[in-house]
Amino acid sequence: MAENKDVTTREAAEVQQREPETVLRPAVDIYEDAEGITLLADMPGVNREGLALEVDRDSLTIEGDARIETPEGMEALYADVRSTRYRRSFALSGELDTDAIKASLRDGVLSVHIPKRAEVRPRKIDVNVE
Amino acid sequence: MFGSLSNYGDSLFDEFRRMQDEMNELFGRSPWPAGIRSVSRGTFPPINVGTTPEQVDIYLFAAGLDPKTLDISLQQNLLTVAGERKSPAEKDASYYRRERFDGAFRRVITLPEDVDPERVEARYRDGVLQIQVQRREAARPRQIEVK
Repeated sequence: MAENKDVTTREAAEVQQREPETVLRPAVDIYEDAEGITLLADMPGVNREGLALEVDRDSLTIEGDARIETPEGMEALYADVRSTRYRRSFALSGELDTDAIKASLRDGVLSVHIPKRAEVRPRKIDVNVE
Repeated sequence: MFGSLSNYGDSLFDEFRRMQDEMNELFGRSPWPAGIRSVSRGTFPPINVGTTPEQVDIYLFAAGLDPKTLDISLQQNLLTVAGERKSPAEKDASYYRRERFDGAFRRVITLPEDVDPERVEARYRDGVLQIQVQRREAARPRQIEVK
């Protein structure tokens, strides 16, 4: 619990520090199957170095800095995207095994898989007929 | 605090964000008035366009594309980018959120009139498609020497 508090405090401080900055909220797909929960997030421009995942028992935060090459002295003519920082948080629940979380990043798509703890996975129960 | 409920639980930041969105909405379109080919905000993929005296750079924020499906063409100063992003639903899975774009897209962008359609380069990296178009020499500002 102490860990979680630290994370929250730090985030609040960061938000305050970056008040003038807009944070992009990446679009996500989240689905669940028998094994666990998978999250896909679009974070174009983010590479491995720019990506940060924070996980504790209760929450998952994805954060990324897009690195876009711009020629020197460039002036913006049009902009749909007004920030290079992505951030989004999700509350987790206890049956998820956050120690076994797996993440990969390809072409700006982040994929995070959080398995369910073995004891809560659905089991097939064989019925023996005698 | 957490996204499953709202982006920021703290109403102070919510308020700040709303104001900022309004500012963006107000100034965001400048220096271009809404073009005849412009599309509503939130259309996939989002685009940024930047210029220098030498070139025009177009950035399409399209993660997870197969570059082979892209069809990029430049006719005079009209750039068309079409493609498809597939993110099909997993079978035997139940979805809680499905926000990511799935399907074919097409965007048409009006560039400054002095771009040279013969000198275009495109590359796809980390989910960003960057198209670089050179401008014609004659259109560049020239330094005039006073004798």
